[in-house]
Amino acid sequence: MRWACVLLPHLAIDAVLRQHPAPDAAHALIAGPAQRRVLHAVSPAARHEGLQRGMPLATAQMMSKAFHVHAYDPGQEAAARTMLAMWAYGFSSQVSLALPHAIVLEVAHSRALFGDWAAISRRLSSELDELGFRHRLVGAPNPHAAWVLARQHRQLGVDGGHLVQALGQVSIERSGLPTEAVTTLGRSGMRTLRQVFDLPRESVARRFPPQVLAHLDALCSQDAAPLPLFAPPDRFEARIEFEYEVESSQALLFPLRRLTADLATFLACRDGGVQRFTLLFEHERHPASTLTVGLLAPERDAAMLFELARSRLDQLRLPAGTRGMQLRAEELPPFVPAARDLFDTRPQQALPWTQLRERLRARLGDTAVGDVVLHADHRPERATRATGIPPKQVPVLARRPAWLLYQPIPLHGEVEIIGLPERIESGWWDGSDVLRDYAIVRTREGQEAWAFRSPKVPGQWWLQGWFA
Amino acid sequence: MGAVVALDQLLDARTVWRGSAALVAASARHATGHAGLDARLPQGGWPDNALTEILLPRDGVGELALVFPTLARLTRAGQRVVLIAPPYGVHAPGWAHAGVALAQLQVVHAEPRDALWATEQCLRSAACAAVLCWPLKADDRALRRLQVAAETGQCLGFAFRDAKHACNPSPAALRIQLDTQPRQVRVLKCRGGLAPAQPIALVS
Repeated sequence: MRWACVLLPHLAIDAVLRQHPAPDAAHALIAGPAQRRVLHAVSPAARHEGLQRGMPLATAQMMSKAFHVHAYDPGQEAAARTMLAMWAYGFSSQVSLALPHAIVLEVAHSRALFGDWAAISRRLSSELDELGFRHRLVGAPNPHAAWVLARQHRQLGVDGGHLVQALGQVSIERSGLPTEAVTTLGRSGMRTLRQVFDLPRESVARRFPPQVLAHLDALCSQDAAPLPLFAPPDRFEARIEFEYEVESSQALLFPLRRLTADLATFLACRDGGVQRFTLLFEHERHPASTLTVGLLAPERDAAMLFELARSRLDQLRLPAGTRGMQLRAEELPPFVPAARDLFDTRPQQALPWTQLRERLRARLGDTAVGDVVLHADHRPERATRATGIPPKQVPVLARRPAWLLYQPIPLHGEVEIIGLPERIESGWWDGSDVLRDYAIVRTREGQEAWAFRSPKVPGQWWLQGWFA
Repeated sequence: MGAVVALDQLLDARTVWRGSAALVAASARHATGHAGLDARLPQGGWPDNALTEILLPRDGVGELALVFPTLARLTRAGQRVVLIAPPYGVHAPGWAHAGVALAQLQVVHAEPRDALWATEQCLRSAACAAVLCWPLKADDRALRRLQVAAETGQCLGFAFRDAKHACNPSPAALRIQLDTQPRQVRVLKCRGGLAPAQPIALVS
């Protein structure tokens, strides 16, 4: 029982029912052109009233008055299937959606974690029931056999020795063979797969297209034929719709907390982080407002994501009441948790620097927190940068002040020159040419300043920095 | 009134408490780097996990020179130092010259209104070894918050303020005032000991 097959015969209607407040009432999905609407799927209660799949809508309305009608949406069905595949991804890394109406997953490698087939099938079944999907669950040595057996049995586990025997009882209509082959075999008096297995290989190869023999071999093989595997999506998108317009931003905090918690769970499943996500607020008569939350490093802690989004939400002015809220995360880079020392003796409420930096940026603005990077330029205005890579060697300079004024200001009053003068002449190539004679001066109040004067106007001192 | 009591007897009877006797616990976890100042401070250096207030008559009188030895030691040990809303631009060559490892230095730009908040966050977070701030309109309550935050975050806090605040009481664990002529520091208050009465000359 290396592979489990979850067959979802009622996926489309189950996906609708689980979101409806009254799932036990009669529901029907309709499809087809406007002139000839037919029932695509019906809920158990509707079936009880006599409604059937394929029945025209007019007929159904004559049979029963009170049933909810929903338009069949293939997109919703596909989304539900993807959601279930992500759920299955929690059990195994080998999940495939290649077989119609089914999800197959490899379970043998997870046996140590989830137990034997009885335990894991019980667990899969109960979780699917909780999610609200009717299903059939079969375990078999290969995914194709599991899928074929799931079409015949509600719940079954077959291991290698009994595989051919179990498959033999499957009727050829449910064997997954091509339709023409099934018709030909039926006309030849074949009813079950056992009779097909008994045919000589040469004669099957001669009479039928090559897929037939390949399918029969795949069913009986002990090794799984490779299937395209499901990869969890690289983006996260979740939406919450409100019953009424939400006016206050306080009331948005609860859905925000749910969305960020979902995002954090998703990120934990993917073992990833998020560096940038967008919140969309949908309004009735306005285009949706967006709020982008950018982080310096990937994070995935639910509380932190919530706190950052909340502090940005506080500053947002929404033009109207909100009808719905979406969270989208497109880029999900790998997450590297910060290394912490085992014998770290920092206090309880300690906050890692990355989180502190995000908190500061969230309130003070994206550029509020900067590094101090040395830049090899003689012009003092350009010797410091807020980002970048420092030079390998610290340039050897004369004594430099710690503080630099943002703009040099005229220095009035008497000054006493201390230290050696220094001329800085640079920048003729990029348009901001400087030619200055610098000196360290002491003012009458005892401050040590860095001042310069132009050789062309030697009388006027300009103050540029303090030696604090 | 007239009874003469020998001092030795009083001391032997333990009825008189001698303040300076208990103050030998000189752990000196954060020596200031200025030998004269270290010798006169009760802990042999900056008070641990507390706010230090440095009062200066005007900018550029050597206030950073007081803390540069400490900052250089901390940053070279890989610990982070944060400047909150410095009054001027940080000139990297000057700080590098003072021995500060610039990779561990962070500057937070904030309006005066937000600067106190940012300072408290940084002090409390325990992510920084030292936080330097220049509070402009900090009252007694704000400084007390900073002092408590420094205690919880086990962090060295330095608040640089104008000398006119010297007459106001302050909850900082250590208050020192810088004079320019002559170049000296006066300890106005130090927790755990009597403030030295004499000014301490700085050698530089």
